[in-house]
Amino acid sequence: MEMLNSIKKTVGGEGKPTQVATEKKMEATMEAKPVANKIKLGHVHLSGCTGCLVSTADNNLGFIKILDNYADLVYSLTLADVRHVPEMDVALVEGSVCIQDHESVEEIRETREKAKIVVALGSCACYGNITRFSRGGQHNQPQHESFLPIGDLIDVDVYIPGCPPSPELIRNVAVMAYLLLEGDEDQKALAGKYLKPLMDLAKRGTSACFCDLMTEVINQGLCMGCGTCAAACPVRAITHEFGKPQGERDLCIKCGSCYGACPRSFFNFEVIDEFEDISEIIAEALK
Amino acid sequence: MREMTADPYLGKYITCVSARSTDKEILKKAQDGGIATALMVYALEEGIIDGTIVAGEGDRPWEPRPIVAMSREDILKARGTKYSISPQIAWLKEATRSFGLDKVGVTGVCCQMQAVRKAQLYPINMRDVPGKVALTVGLFCMENFPYKSLQTIVEDHAAQSLGSVKKMEITKGKFWVHTERGNVSTVPLKATHKYEQPGCHVCLDYVSSLADISTGSVGSPDGWSTVFIRTKKGNEVWSKAVAAGMFETKPIEDVKPGLELLTKLAKEKIDKNRKTLEERRNFGVNKALRDPYA
Repeated sequence: MEMLNSIKKTVGGEGKPTQVATEKKMEATMEAKPVANKIKLGHVHLSGCTGCLVSTADNNLGFIKILDNYADLVYSLTLADVRHVPEMDVALVEGSVCIQDHESVEEIRETREKAKIVVALGSCACYGNITRFSRGGQHNQPQHESFLPIGDLIDVDVYIPGCPPSPELIRNVAVMAYLLLEGDEDQKALAGKYLKPLMDLAKRGTSACFCDLMTEVINQGLCMGCGTCAAACPVRAITHEFGKPQGERDLCIKCGSCYGACPRSFFNFEVIDEFEDISEIIAEALK
Repeated sequence: MREMTADPYLGKYITCVSARSTDKEILKKAQDGGIATALMVYALEEGIIDGTIVAGEGDRPWEPRPIVAMSREDILKARGTKYSISPQIAWLKEATRSFGLDKVGVTGVCCQMQAVRKAQLYPINMRDVPGKVALTVGLFCMENFPYKSLQTIVEDHAAQSLGSVKKMEITKGKFWVHTERGNVSTVPLKATHKYEQPGCHVCLDYVSSLADISTGSVGSPDGWSTVFIRTKKGNEVWSKAVAAGMFETKPIEDVKPGLELLTKLAKEKIDKNRKTLEERRNFGVNKALRDPYA
């Protein structure tokens, strides 16, 4: 609690000036001196649909705020004219990798070399998702048949699962990555705790399915029938029969959302118990 | 605002009172003090929420079905405890989609409050949900039963027809079944243990610690509820509701059995389930079962 209170006081960019004089002074210097210590953020687009980038942009003014105060977008073919993967603090990688496409394989390898933190953004990058069903045979690269989640080619630090990933989760990870790299000790500690389950998911593996709910939750004696998985599923493949998940596995696109959202996959009390304070900290940072 | 209390078994809260609704119609079929119903009705009428997920009536007698209620009438339909699984959170995202809600209310038990908070902080395919959860009211919960368990307990152990049951209650070491025609049967809780939902045995929350306001029976006399006001949002709504005359309240210190019994039961639940989690670590031979809290 103490720690969270001290963080609340320090996050929030220029903060709330108490005197008008200070406010005017800041306005005057704002253009002359750009915000210091922004992290370098990149968006790397592999075999994805750009929906993950759209989700990022769907943070609306929150995204602009992040770009104003916390991060420079140093690479994003969709939004900027930088042609080659530069050095990045955080690489948001969307899409899986076609291993028969030389350029793609090179790009993911280079991303790992150039980025401090590699984030698998969205379910294609994390788990393969719909590209799990690819098997080649289509014009005009019928040999482009094998797609792997990026974690099968490089080490991935953080997962943001979801198809589409929630804008709010992308925003939280961006803010927390900033705090991790540029914050004081308390902020770093908070960011580390926040990101841990998303790092654990990255360590856990690269495949996902409705079946995760069976093998990792129900089969493990952990399901308590809360219904969250059904809400998270983007294709309504999950219903509840007598309080337990029923999966329509031919509908499932293997995005991993249900297991990720399930409160019996990871439930880190030390973070979630502080939901009120952490929500305020994030809101304050985006004010 | 009063200083926040942080109790290892009762969670964080601003204040705790014994209370009941002043709305006679609500009390007619409420399980206890009508707190969950009255709060959601008040929040709806005041525009604090524009709809809420409640445990409505299902297809079979005493089988709950989660619904998005957007009227006083629909909220009132969810009165009374159904001791079976109602996957409340299944509607959480849909409430912000086809229902078009901006301020969603959620009622449910402890694990369902946990699910809401996780969705708010780690929304995984839960777009729009974090910012649209407006009020959560959590019930105390010791354990829950699959529908077939409930059927077995009521039909075999208590020897009552489910269609005739007016109210069920777990209290004073027994499972009580009250029928419409005035009969009362009890089952010793010991006989019901094997029917509990296994997933409840790893639950470390008794009094819905993550809700804005939590409420339950234990600690207060019959017809009254024990209420914890936990968050800023909860405090704001509760203060307004009390000022508007929605509730009768008594300081919990003046009520028997009060927080002492509640703490005892909370401790029993949490200690027992911590032990279960501990045992899962050595469940096999050099093999563990998974721990969601690790």
